[in-house]
Amino acid sequence: MNAVEMRGITKRFGSFEALSQVNFTVEEGEIHSLLGENGAGKSTLMNVLYGILKPEEGEIRIHGKAVQIKKPSQAISLGIGMVHQHFMLTPVMTVTENVIVGSEPRKGPFVDYGAANRSVQEMIDRYGFGLRADTRVQNLSVGEQQRVEILKALYKGASVLILDEPTAVLTPQEVEELFVILRELKASGKSIIIITHKLKETAAVADRVSVLRSGKMIDTGLEAKGCSINDLALMMVGRRVDLTFTRRAEEAGEVAYDIRHLNLTKKNIPVLKDINLELRRGQILGIAGIEGNGQTELIEVLTGLCQPDSMELYKDGALLSGAPADFLRAGVGHIPEDRLSRGLVVPMTIEENIILGYHRTDAFSRKGIQKTEAIHSFAVGKQTEYLIKAESVQSPCSSLSGGNQQKVIIARVFSENPDVLIVAQPTRGVDVGAQEFIHNKLLDLRDEGKAILLISADLDEVRRLSDRIAVIYDGRIVSQTDHDVLDEMELGLLMTGGKEGEEKAL
Amino acid sequence: MKIKEKLTVGRAGLDSLFRSAVALLLSLLVSAVIMAACGYNPIQAYGAIFTGSFGSLRGITQTLTQATPLIFTGLAFTFAKKASLINLGVEGQMYMGALGAVLIALPAMGLPGPVHLMLAILGGMAFGGAYAAIIGFLKVKFGSNEVVAGFMLNSIATYIVGYLLNGPLLAEGSNIAQTARVAESAWMPRIFSKYQVTYAVFLAVAACIFVAWFMKKTVTGYEIRCVGMNKDASETAGIRVGRSLVIAMCVSGAIAGLAGVNQVLGVDRRLINEFSPGYGFNGIAVSALAAENPVGTILAGVIFGVLRAGVMELNRTTNIPIEFVDVIQAMVVVFVSAPLLIRNLGGHLSRLKPARGAKGGAVQ
Repeated sequence: MNAVEMRGITKRFGSFEALSQVNFTVEEGEIHSLLGENGAGKSTLMNVLYGILKPEEGEIRIHGKAVQIKKPSQAISLGIGMVHQHFMLTPVMTVTENVIVGSEPRKGPFVDYGAANRSVQEMIDRYGFGLRADTRVQNLSVGEQQRVEILKALYKGASVLILDEPTAVLTPQEVEELFVILRELKASGKSIIIITHKLKETAAVADRVSVLRSGKMIDTGLEAKGCSINDLALMMVGRRVDLTFTRRAEEAGEVAYDIRHLNLTKKNIPVLKDINLELRRGQILGIAGIEGNGQTELIEVLTGLCQPDSMELYKDGALLSGAPADFLRAGVGHIPEDRLSRGLVVPMTIEENIILGYHRTDAFSRKGIQKTEAIHSFAVGKQTEYLIKAESVQSPCSSLSGGNQQKVIIARVFSENPDVLIVAQPTRGVDVGAQEFIHNKLLDLRDEGKAILLISADLDEVRRLSDRIAVIYDGRIVSQTDHDVLDEMELGLLMTGGKEGEEKAL
Repeated sequence: MKIKEKLTVGRAGLDSLFRSAVALLLSLLVSAVIMAACGYNPIQAYGAIFTGSFGSLRGITQTLTQATPLIFTGLAFTFAKKASLINLGVEGQMYMGALGAVLIALPAMGLPGPVHLMLAILGGMAFGGAYAAIIGFLKVKFGSNEVVAGFMLNSIATYIVGYLLNGPLLAEGSNIAQTARVAESAWMPRIFSKYQVTYAVFLAVAACIFVAWFMKKTVTGYEIRCVGMNKDASETAGIRVGRSLVIAMCVSGAIAGLAGVNQVLGVDRRLINEFSPGYGFNGIAVSALAAENPVGTILAGVIFGVLRAGVMELNRTTNIPIEFVDVIQAMVVVFVSAPLLIRNLGGHLSRLKPARGAKGGAVQ
């Protein structure tokens, strides 16, 4: 029997059709991967199923019974559980407290913590989650926190689990562990829907695949075994993309950005410990690591946003220090890791955003007055060059998709022709097409002789683009090697502090 | 393409105009209900307000006289708001502006008229600006909250002025706290000799247009808007956030100072203790009604001017308590500051007329 059956779902936002006549079926006891680029309609479809959005047309059957899902609480009572990409946990509370919230077992007017602890622990053991019910969530790793989120859904009686981009924040090891758990859940009869745009993982764990593109179901219920990654990519993007494509640097040039003895303490906790890095012209140095190991601080120090306790920083042999403006003027470009908070002034137009940081240059202003015409034609030119999809350059950046927002930032930084680039999470939340475009641009710039520091939580991205790879763990660079020395698992181990790296041995 | 771009910009402007108009109408409606509930005739009240403000040349000049300081204080509030600063210190900055103007305007310097006047205006702006800059400085250097600092500085300003008017600046022989008349060379000229309205009303309109241009076209205005909408991104882009905040506060204070300048040089021709019936705070309502649009401030200021001018007629010809004007004003603030209410209302209206896709919202 089908656990979920959605027929002819159509959802419109104004005149825009986010989903048109979508059919989607999930069987009981299967892992179903819902593939699609950002904006393809995956989240919209799942939000319809979870009762967050109301479709204009279509019907939904849960375990064969026709239902109208008007709000999430109704979806929950129908046995649908959702694990969001951003966890919604209270760090100071225990696993049990987080899991039972909203459906607490009671003893009179009080919460029966004893019974709650027992039943949560029993569930943890049954599915092999490897947690203790009385641990505080703040002491758990990201992968473990995700399991708490899954527990929350199971505790509320979910038989259909929706996981939104579950692997985005995990290390390769944690991804493996997650897959073990998912298979365990499947064996106990649960249906699992994974929303993802990662093809490799789809191939690894899913039984069947459905592919959405621009609100239309391209293919549904495909056997995952028979699909190659490039076939899936073709369905997802609608044209051939080669996601394994890369090219290596000819030969690295001289050192353009020399970072020595960087130490930083925040609130009495050392967050960066004696970091030494050399960025060479014509080379991409990738920093691999799990988020929160000092990457954010490293980026801030290297772009002037944060003053370290100690550091000698040389750009082309000359000492560099000061405020962000000094770094920009010295030719250090910065693609921030969080484009919404640091990269863009989202309510402003593309025109206004594409000059941000360079608005005082002669090209865009004269005697304190902005050159409106010059800015406009510059923006129009960049819109064409960088394929920024927008109604016009006077559209606010808030109306753009993530990929196009990122292209605005990239167009801005690359156009100023910086010598050194600090590039953080360049393709986070960006669709496959834009990802390919951004990667090619980065490789082009490297070939032009730029020195590039790439910081990314996506290990595949680091491995594909980097000529050298450094691993950061707990504020230290624990390994620095050429790109082909360590394999994925070895890097993963280093990222979790599991193994001391080359640099230590030297 | 170009035409379409202009249209989309216009659409946003129209939207806020629509919202403000609805808010105004709703507040008039609700106030009418309250008046009726209290046993007064709202039609009579609105009639009196209308005659008082538009019924004669006298009424019209009275409206403009009342609107002038409100446009200045509304614009001052709007300016700071562009940097996401809440300048609750407008009232104090206005008093300081009045003080700055009167200090220069009192002595007969023997300067030709326009120069003396100009100096006095600049003096008022400088005093107001410097006084507001204190708030900006405290915020940037010590992280103090500009709302609290502004509020406290209001008291300090009124007490400083009060002290000076009871002591060093007290006019000889006067038994109320006020200065002597300012030198005639520093008078803000009146448009009609019989009525109070002065050329400051044109200054107010010019200031609004200038601010609109400044925000859109200058680098400093651009930086202020960036800082107002996203401090982190501004910092990342090398904008000196603290500097932008202090500048925004300072200009806001200078504009607030003009409200005081107008009072001293144009209306009273002297500095009188506690001259303001709350122009500073009414400026917040004006700014809100104008949806923080500098040019819209002109219209919003005139609307509030109408209410103020109408008060006298209301008082003269009816037995309706003039406090109802405050009720209307308060209602405007309530409705303007409840954008969701108006938007939902707009949503219902547009559902009746399916042609307008008001719910074009963000996708995904």
